[in-house]
Amino acid sequence: MSGFDVQKVRADFPILRQEVRGRPLVYLDSAATSQKPQAVIDAIVRFYQHDNANVHRGVHVLSERATEAYEGARETVRRFINARDSKEIIFVRGTTEAINLVAQTYGRKHIGPGDEVLITHIEHHANIVPWRMLCEQTGAVLKVIPVDDRGELKLDAVDALLTERTRILAVTHVSNALGTVNPVKELTRRAHAKGIPVLVDGAQAVTHFPVDVQDLGCDFYAFSGHKMFGPTGIGVLYGRLERLEPLPPYQGGGDMILSVTMEKVTYNRVPHRFEAGTPDLAGAVGLAAAIRYLEDLGMAAVAAHDQELLAYATNALESVPGLRLVGTAREKSAVLSFMLDDIHPHDVGTILDREGICIRTGHHCAQPVMQHFKVPATSRASLALYNTQEDVDALVRGLHKVLEVFK
Amino acid sequence: MSSDLSDLYQEVVLEHSKRPRNYRVVEGHNREAAGHNPLCGDQLSVTIKVEGDVIRDIGFQGQGCAISKASASLMTGAVKDKTRAEAEALFERVHKLVTEGPEGVDIEALGKLAVLSGVSEFPARVKCASLAWHTLRAALEGRGEAVSTE
Repeated sequence: MSGFDVQKVRADFPILRQEVRGRPLVYLDSAATSQKPQAVIDAIVRFYQHDNANVHRGVHVLSERATEAYEGARETVRRFINARDSKEIIFVRGTTEAINLVAQTYGRKHIGPGDEVLITHIEHHANIVPWRMLCEQTGAVLKVIPVDDRGELKLDAVDALLTERTRILAVTHVSNALGTVNPVKELTRRAHAKGIPVLVDGAQAVTHFPVDVQDLGCDFYAFSGHKMFGPTGIGVLYGRLERLEPLPPYQGGGDMILSVTMEKVTYNRVPHRFEAGTPDLAGAVGLAAAIRYLEDLGMAAVAAHDQELLAYATNALESVPGLRLVGTAREKSAVLSFMLDDIHPHDVGTILDREGICIRTGHHCAQPVMQHFKVPATSRASLALYNTQEDVDALVRGLHKVLEVFK
Repeated sequence: MSSDLSDLYQEVVLEHSKRPRNYRVVEGHNREAAGHNPLCGDQLSVTIKVEGDVIRDIGFQGQGCAISKASASLMTGAVKDKTRAEAEALFERVHKLVTEGPEGVDIEALGKLAVLSGVSEFPARVKCASLAWHTLRAALEGRGEAVSTE
């Protein structure tokens, strides 16, 4: 693979150097959370050792440094997703909070009884439940774009589902349970043709391929730090400035106000209006370090590694007797969900764990997807930039052991 | 297979998971409950015919892993013709066995259920082993709502 040295990448991730259960760790659960390179760990340590202070308030040197680091991180995020303005970048706790923020500000302002919110059948719970809650609060109706047996959206159904009552389309960029890459640019084009704004859940996308929010044209884009080699507890909501500026605040307190009297509160401008309380400063610094790490590798090279490994893994898994892949979309990211004979995924997960192999088993917080495929759960191996063909080979050997136990 | 793995997936466990006993709705049942493990999406239902204080018949249905199915299957065999109090006492023993291991547990009194002893080495699987038992308890108590392992 040109320009991408996976062994060098692996060396950047100290957690991968260990043995678990007496065997070398094989980590295939990055869709749940990714591991962190030394550069991210160092950035967090350095921040606490040298620069820690609260931001935007202090007149002292540490506060200046912390503010610079925090606002610098905002600029790093802007560059990474090619937003026009760093004011379009709001730091939140993660994807889930970002989507809740849009539902409870944009949604509460613009959505009323009989209006429609359109999502897809392959969302994970974070892009279902906030909209379900909003519908219960407002009397709006939740509508769903159906999915076919490969795990691809039925695009023929989309135009009819985008009605004059649709107030927002909320769609995942990449399905965490199936790996399907949705055509969000095309979906945005169709929604915008009817004046409908679009939120994209990018939690599983930003880690696998380059994302350009201006090119996608979406109105909101949400993602989490911890799935993209950054820390937990930090995430991003991108919103086009013209969408964000008219919105009411989400939570009250701290930096989201300009002035407070007991009679009147004047709210701060975006993005600070949406960042109540002391933000996760070290988290933002760590996220910026993760982005720099990815930029140094080059997202195009990361994406190429991803696709090469996916092809290798798909082929290798299909050679395992009794294995059935769930989710075989033509546009796919490196997630492999599968059933093995009639063996329950929890049994598969436990036996692989004894081999030092970490996969995810369960419904992946995407129960409607499981219902569509009529399975209670799947086993899921999710790959990242530090995974190798050897990891996939270990998985295949592990699956043969599972078959042996249950033969 | 590593030794703790073979403790978990003992022959009897695998056999019961492949051919679960009393996998049916009990005809003329007068108690029932549904159980749910939100972590994995597993669901099962238990139907019971109680006469006086005695469990005369019991069946279960549902989907789950080998451990949860084997535990449910073994449970139906173990509590049939037992009084409510005896079933409750058995649940306490099984719970201690799967959470703490065989030490200090009256293994004799557990009979075939002793094969669940390997579960204690796998804390993530305790809920699988106890789902059927929580559901049994809910059914006996006549609780209408579905029980959850969470």
